[in-house]
Amino acid sequence: MSPNPAGFQMPKPVLAIEGLTVSFDGFKAVDDLNLYIDRNEVRVVIGPNGAGKTTVLDLICGKTKATAGSIQFENRELTKMREFDIVRAGVGRKFQNPSIYENLTVFENLEMSYPKGRKVFGALFFKRSQAVIERVEQVATEIMLGEHLHMQADLLSHGQKQWLEIGMLLMQDPQLLMLDEPVAGMSVSERVATAELLKRISQGRSVLVIEHDMEFVKSIAHKVTVLHQGKVLAEGSMDAVQSNPKVIEVYLGH
Amino acid sequence: MNPTLDKLLGGKQGAIGLAVLAALILVVFPLLLDAFRLNMVGKYLTYAFVAVGLVLCWGYGGILSLGQGIFFGLGGYCMAMFLKLEASDPESTKIQSTPGIPDFMDWNQITELPMLWQPFHSFGFTLLAVIAVPVLLALVIGLTMFKRRVGDVYFSIVTQAIALILTVLIIGQQGYTGGVNGITDLKTLMGWDIRTDEAKLILYFVSAFLLFGCILLARFIIASKLGRLLLAMRDKEERVRFSGYDVASFKIFVFCVGAAFSAIGGAMFTLQVGFMSPSFVGIVPSIEMVIFAAVGGRLSLLGAVYGALLVNFGKTYFSESFPELWLYLMGGLFIAVVMYFPNGLAGLWDSHGKRWLTRIKPKANAPVKTEPVAKPVAKAAPTPELETTP
Repeated sequence: MSPNPAGFQMPKPVLAIEGLTVSFDGFKAVDDLNLYIDRNEVRVVIGPNGAGKTTVLDLICGKTKATAGSIQFENRELTKMREFDIVRAGVGRKFQNPSIYENLTVFENLEMSYPKGRKVFGALFFKRSQAVIERVEQVATEIMLGEHLHMQADLLSHGQKQWLEIGMLLMQDPQLLMLDEPVAGMSVSERVATAELLKRISQGRSVLVIEHDMEFVKSIAHKVTVLHQGKVLAEGSMDAVQSNPKVIEVYLGH
Repeated sequence: MNPTLDKLLGGKQGAIGLAVLAALILVVFPLLLDAFRLNMVGKYLTYAFVAVGLVLCWGYGGILSLGQGIFFGLGGYCMAMFLKLEASDPESTKIQSTPGIPDFMDWNQITELPMLWQPFHSFGFTLLAVIAVPVLLALVIGLTMFKRRVGDVYFSIVTQAIALILTVLIIGQQGYTGGVNGITDLKTLMGWDIRTDEAKLILYFVSAFLLFGCILLARFIIASKLGRLLLAMRDKEERVRFSGYDVASFKIFVFCVGAAFSAIGGAMFTLQVGFMSPSFVGIVPSIEMVIFAAVGGRLSLLGAVYGALLVNFGKTYFSESFPELWLYLMGGLFIAVVMYFPNGLAGLWDSHGKRWLTRIKPKANAPVKTEPVAKPVAKAAPTPELETTP
């Protein structure tokens, strides 16, 4: 990034990862990684298996502790924070397999993520107020489950479960939404609907997606980052990345 | 109905179940059983406190504590210390070389009441200590274990080790604790003789009402968002953590509540049985308490009470008739429950009992309105057999 001669201030990235390294018994799953994500941006991270994509998400949300480097999120250093504090700071993370509460209804699943009553006594005396109900209904409509509010979650289709988990993140109104393979196992029509959903919910927040499905990536990504062996191999628009010889080498060369 | 009240009673179904249990404990048992048997039921009910706590910790929280005897014992010992001091007034201990201290201290050449015992002259302090001592220990165990994410079987093993350590400590420090015999010869509570049949009857009812208090409190917890969070944590801990919850704090809370319930049970045990000893603290009683909850149904608060009653009736019957068989039966029962009906009696009731009820309903030509009346009868049905067995 060269300084802008016109004096125009570059917007500060929402997420700034610098020199991030994690080593598992000497194996560097993520190696001196730099990554910047802007507000309102949808960034897709792609890369072959074992490139460290999921580990990067784990590092951001605090599931894995970094060996070195920093993760700045809205001027807060995430590497030093506990998982639930990171969530409360505004980072939401969807897991690879739909991780929802199967025995609860759609309504209850969403309600669980409502950012009130998060402490022991708060939860003990939490009341389902009108504000909660309205918020749940609003999010349920957003994720196309408005009709299924009182259905038990394990009766949903695989795709609907993925949406439900996204909805649970939306309940917290996160500034950074991280999705690990959101369309895995989805039908074509569900993928299209998910792409639409991501476009809608990326308004006013940043979204970081890991995905393998190139059609889907093309339809949502503003910018694509290719990871390989824990490092950034290429970054740019989908077309630029796809025609990058290094990327072709990694994906097709082996 | 008032929503809070509705929550406490667990809706119509829950209210009926509670009414049946209340009728059984408050009316049927006192009317049918003689003073000796009723006192035994009272003793079983004190284990039910532990079982109810285990439903919260284990059934809902997924925390299998194999050391609930720790809290039962600590609650019981706190109460026993108060009663022992009252029984050791200088007048009745004048033959000792140091009158006015508990007899076992005198036997162990202790000539002065230890500091630890001093505050137990006060009944107010004792009542506080009955709850506070076990809860503080649970808090410390919870903080050290759950904040470090020690869970599952490791947690169970640690609780078992603590139960063993506490037993060894109590037995080893016999000058301060009464050793392996425990604290015995308890006589009066603030001048009121607790050994009479009348006192035992009153203590039975106090125990029963406290138990129902604990059940209602547990229902309130289960019905709250915290209860749903516990279930959610049990199945998807990561999801809860990454939804912004400090998972450890919820586990610590529910573990402390379980400890408090056990402690109340322990204190009521001391009052009704008249002594407290390390044999109610260690590994074996702690595991028995888990079996009560497992047999009754680890997701059912009322089931846990039935489990505690049934297993103890069985224990009394079999250990009176076939003492050498009892341990094997108990082991077999536990294995059978775990393998074939993981939700215990409450689970069987849900899957079979209710269906059976709906099948007999048209035969009895009962209108829908009387259905709740039919249920209590069916649920109380096994009890007459039980009462004739001992």
